[in-house]
Order: sequence, then C-alpha cells, then structure tokens
Amino acid sequence: MRYLLLICGDETAAEHAEDGCEGWSEEMLDRGVLVGGGGLRPPTDATTVRVRDEELLLSDGPFAETKEQVGGFCLIECADLDEAIEIAGKHPAATYGSIEIRPMLAG
Amino acid sequence: MTAEVRRAVDAAFRDEWGRLVAALIRSTGDWDLAEECAQEAFAHALRTWPRDGIPQRPGAWLTTTARHRAVDRLRRETVGTAKLREAALVIPEPGPGDGGVPDDLLRLIFTCCHPALSLEARVALTLRTVAGLSTAEIARALLVGEAAMAKRLTRAKAKIRHAGIPYRVPPAHLLPERTPAVLGVLYLLFSEGYAASVGAHLLRGDLCDEATHLARVLADLLPGEPEVLGLLALLLLHDARRAARTEPDGQLVPLEDQDRTAWDRAAIAEGLAVLDRALHHRAPGPYQVQAAIAACHATAADAADTDWAQIAALYGCLTRWRPSPVVELNRAVAVGMADGPAAGLELVAALERTGALAGYHLLPATRADLLRRLGHHADAAAAYRAALELARTDAERHYLRRRLAELTRSPGGSHR
Repeated sequence: MRYLLLICGDETAAEHAEDGCEGWSEEMLDRGVLVGGGGLRPPTDATTVRVRDEELLLSDGPFAETKEQVGGFCLIECADLDEAIEIAGKHPAATYGSIEIRPMLAG
Repeated sequence: MTAEVRRAVDAAFRDEWGRLVAALIRSTGDWDLAEECAQEAFAHALRTWPRDGIPQRPGAWLTTTARHRAVDRLRRETVGTAKLREAALVIPEPGPGDGGVPDDLLRLIFTCCHPALSLEARVALTLRTVAGLSTAEIARALLVGEAAMAKRLTRAKAKIRHAGIPYRVPPAHLLPERTPAVLGVLYLLFSEGYAASVGAHLLRGDLCDEATHLARVLADLLPGEPEVLGLLALLLLHDARRAARTEPDGQLVPLEDQDRTAWDRAAIAEGLAVLDRALHHRAPGPYQVQAAIAACHATAADAADTDWAQIAALYGCLTRWRPSPVVELNRAVAVGMADGPAAGLELVAALERTGALAGYHLLPATRADLLRRLGHHADAAAAYRAALELARTDAERHYLRRRLAELTRSPGGSHR
C-alpha cells in the first residue's frame, strides 16, 4: 500500500528545518519503501490558489491557519499500516513534531 | 423448538461466533460478508436443528454452512474479484504453520483492538464482531443511539480496510505494545458493565459477562502473558462481588457494608488461582497489581480484617504504571484505613491542591468519609453535599444522601 507521511509541527519545529533526517531516508531507500518526498519552506512562503466562478483567487500563506503546519512529506510504499507506523515512528521529526499517515487512494 | 435446541444454539453462539466470523474474514477479506454469513448460519441452525437434531460438532456444522453461504453470495456477485475470493474460500483450512483455527480468533481480536482505531471504535467492534452482539444491543449497552453506533461500526470497518490495518496477530516484538490495547478494551467493557457512568442502572451485568468471557478466551489463547491472566483474575474477583454490590432496589452497597457471604466463592477461588499463575511469571504489571488489590479484599473476613497496609503499598506500586490522580485517591483511602483518617486526609488535601480531580464526586466523598471518621461531622456533611452535586448516577446519589442523613441524625454531631 502507498501512504503519504505528512510531517507536521508548530513554529518551534522550524528550528529543525535544516536537521536532515539522520540516516532515515538512506535506511528507507535501502529497504525500498521510500518512493519520494522532501522538506518544505515555511508556510509564510506559501501561496494558496482557488478558482471560483472561473476567477483565479490567490492568497498569501497556507490554506489553513493552524498552529500545526506541514513541514515536509514522504511517499512510502509498504505492506500495511503496521509497517507504515514503524517507518513513521523511526523518523526523527516524530520526536518533536507529529506525523500523519494518510493512505493513498488505490489505483 | 425444544429448550434443548435453544440451549445448544445459544451455547454454539457463545463458543463459535467469534471463531466463525474470524475464519470467514480470513478467507473472504470482507467483514460485512463474514458477519452476514455467520448470522445466516445460526438462523439456519435454528430452522434445521429441531428437525434434523443437534449436530455432533455444532462448530464444524456452522463453519461449513457459513462457508457455503459465503461461496453462494460471492458467486452471485458479478465483479471479477469475486472469482478470486471464491478461490480463496475453497482453499482448505490453514496448515499447522499458519497457526490453525484458534489463531483466527486471536487475529480478529487484535485487529478489532488495533491502536490506530479509537477506543470507542475498538470497544464497539469487539462487541459486534468478536462477541456477536447486534448493533442495537451494543447501542443500548453503551448508552449510544443506534444510528450513531451503526455509523461508528461502519467507520471502524472502513478504516481497517482503507488504512491497511493488517488482519493478523502482531509479531512477537509488537506484542508488548499491542496486548495492552486489547486488555484496555476488555477492561473498559467490564467497567462499563460494572458501573454505568451515567443513568439509572448501576449494573449492566451482560457487559461484565462478555468482558469476562473474552478475557477467558484471551487467556486460553495467550497463556504465557501474565498481564492477560492478571486481567482475567481482576475481572473474576470484581465480578464475584456482583450480587452483594447492589440492593434489590438498585442501591449501591459500599464494599465495607457488603454481605460477604453473598460473594461468589467459586469465582473468587478461580480468580485467586489465575492470579497465582500470573504471578509465577515474575513479570508484574498494572492488571496483576489491581488483581492483587482485589484479592486482598476478596480474602478478608470483613472491612476491619482487610490488609489495608498491603493495599496501600499495592496502590503505591500501581502508580508506577498508572500514575493517575484516581489511583492516588484510592491510595489515600487505603492509607486512611491503615494509618488512620488523618493520614488519609493529608493525601486527599494534597490531591485537592493539584486540582486534577476537580469535578469528580469521589474526591469530596472520600474527604467526607475521612472527616466523619475523625468526628468532624459538620465538615463531613458539607463535603457529602459537595459530592452530591457532582455524582452522576442515581445509585451514587442515593448512597451519598444516606450517609448525609446518618450524619445529621447522629447525636454526636460535632460543631467544632
């Protein structure tokens, strides 16, 4: 199954932005479960796009102003949720932020 | 239908439902289909057993009937995957390497209690799929509307399917973190039955029965897990007091006032034996400690004869695993019995300063009991009134009112 790992944190997580992931990516690439992913610039650099009544609407900032923001993502492919939990639990960001595991729609 | 057939079907339902559904889920991968076919098999038994007699092995008869139903249903489906699933159905029972039938039930229990599901979802799913209660019965037992319960069950099954929760017994390295999730569900189930947190009925014995039954099944399947044995012992020892715990009119009888001759001696003996087996593993845990506390009560001739010092020490132990203000409050009660009410009051006062149990009726109720024993009747009455404001069941309110009435009637009422 494919899962998207959304790596989230509040503003204090930003100080970890340049941390790298302490060998996590290498390990998961070796295991053949990491399909892709990367870290993101902070939400202050985000632009949100909507089209309503054929009009392009832009706003400065993320789509939702919440305390927790997405700081990175990884696409993984593994056997089941237990393996996804194990993979997410090994990511260093899990120790200071939180990681949401979202199953991808099949297909 | 004869009473004999009715009993045979009831017994088969209790013993076989979970295994039947578990095996059908394994072979079809479809939870709803599995439940429906199991249900149809039992309905068929009710129709045919009176005519054909009770089969020698009811479990095998039900399995065959349910599997036939599943194959029929899948054949009628037009989707291409149906053929694949039909093929899976005709695959013989798994060989010894796969663990065989008992593991099916364990697989089902662990999947229903997967920690990626909310506790409410785990409890509902366990009652529906493992114990075979209907949605309406579960809704009634858990005091939730039937539509809401149906939605909860549907959502839980959808999450298992969509999120890829594996249908399996967790591998050995995951068991230490997954077993508590299962035990937590059974414990909650029992507590729900033991003291309905809201509403008029204090005891919903059927939930206690289900929880104890499932704990027994789990202990059979995982005999090497001391905490599973600890939980079973705990439930047996608590349930042994059931008959003495309420008066015929539903009023709550506190432990110290219970008629101990009404305690179920067989359940106590079994609970103590199971606890002994658990303790032999020398790997203590929170359920074993709680069972040991229950054992202290179960083996005491009366409240005064109880080894309160031991109980206070055990509560101290319990805070290692369950650091919670409720455990701390229980320790205060035990200390109040072992070392006198003043010592208990000190612990209660410390708890009150933390504010952690604000709004919990047993905090002022405990203080009231300790003050009463110290002879500070006016303060005790005030504390009983504070507890009354917070109590949530009729039985609790009744008990507190009675205590309050005793105080205000008592001639020795001190007005320091």
